[in-house]
Amino acid sequence: MILFDLLIGFLKVGCFSFGGAYAAIPLIRDVVLSYGWLTDEALTDMIAVSESTPGPIMVNLATYIGSSQAGLPGAVLATLAVVLPAFVIILLIMKAMKTVLKNRYVQAAMRGLTACVVGVILATGCWLLYENGISPMIRENADCRPFILAVVLAAAWFGLRTVPKVKKHISPIGLILVSAVSGIVIYSI
Amino acid sequence: MLLTLFLTFAKIGLFTFGGGYAMLSMIEHICVTQKHWITHDDLVHVTVIAESTPGPVAINCATFVGYRQKGFPGALAATLGVILPSFVIIFLISLFLDRFLEIAWVANAFKGIRVAVGILIVDVAVRMFRKMPKDLPQIVILAVSFAAMLLINIFSWKISTILLLLAAALAGLAVSLVRGPVSGEGGERP
Repeated sequence: MILFDLLIGFLKVGCFSFGGAYAAIPLIRDVVLSYGWLTDEALTDMIAVSESTPGPIMVNLATYIGSSQAGLPGAVLATLAVVLPAFVIILLIMKAMKTVLKNRYVQAAMRGLTACVVGVILATGCWLLYENGISPMIRENADCRPFILAVVLAAAWFGLRTVPKVKKHISPIGLILVSAVSGIVIYSI
Repeated sequence: MLLTLFLTFAKIGLFTFGGGYAMLSMIEHICVTQKHWITHDDLVHVTVIAESTPGPVAINCATFVGYRQKGFPGALAATLGVILPSFVIIFLISLFLDRFLEIAWVANAFKGIRVAVGILIVDVAVRMFRKMPKDLPQIVILAVSFAAMLLINIFSWKISTILLLLAAALAGLAVSLVRGPVSGEGGERP
């Protein structure tokens, strides 16, 4: 029963995918390949598409695989299954949060965790900038367009953020739109 | 209010490319700066919690903000809102995936978007850094996590970030046991 398999498979992914989508990709691959839903190649393509379409990567993968296996009902079921564990866990934590967060040991652990999360996020951002901005210049025929785009966008973004009056009006959505248009313009000419 | 939560998170879901960290930047802009639904401290807390619990970070954040505003119905509205746009888009794409990626201008737009995603993620990290308490142990933990995460990326090591987080939590505990409670530690929002 394919719908039941999708439900169980994606509940598993939702329950055990710690540390963000990239950390979860080995687990997703494991589940998807063991049920034979996609080939390894098709899965890799789909990860690329999930990266470049809006929304959480895990949710995108669930929707796609559900749809490819069982149409709209499969897509709905797989998507809800992958989301459900995270939803329930946060509700439980919120209920317990008031007392738990005041605990001295929890606070000490949280201080360590906060520092670590900042480090991990910073490293991820730097790595993405390297992969998409600097590495094309080294590897793919010395293409320096992404590097120039990265420098211009970063200068504009961080520069505008320091101007108090402008600060409230610039949003990440604006940057994404500008970057998409820039991409179309610089690669099409 | 439920409708506002739903629509706001649908907007966040629609414009979040590149996964959960990129979404943090959007959530901060809309939920902290514009609408004052949560404070910056709340956002840092929920990020930490999201990192140490299973599931997509974006879902955790949406559930958190929704619950804060309107209890269970709010959590439901925000969570459904954040997944709806990507659900619709991916469902449509699944019907004609191969042809979609072959469209030249779509591929070009994504090359630009990927650069912006990197900038947004660095931006989130910089702002979280500015607002966190900066004593020596935390700076050390941050620097070690940063270096470790870069190495994991560069060499494609199969080390889950959960291990880094566990180590950091233990380090935080160890520091507090050695030094005693740090002043100001009681100031966390419940």
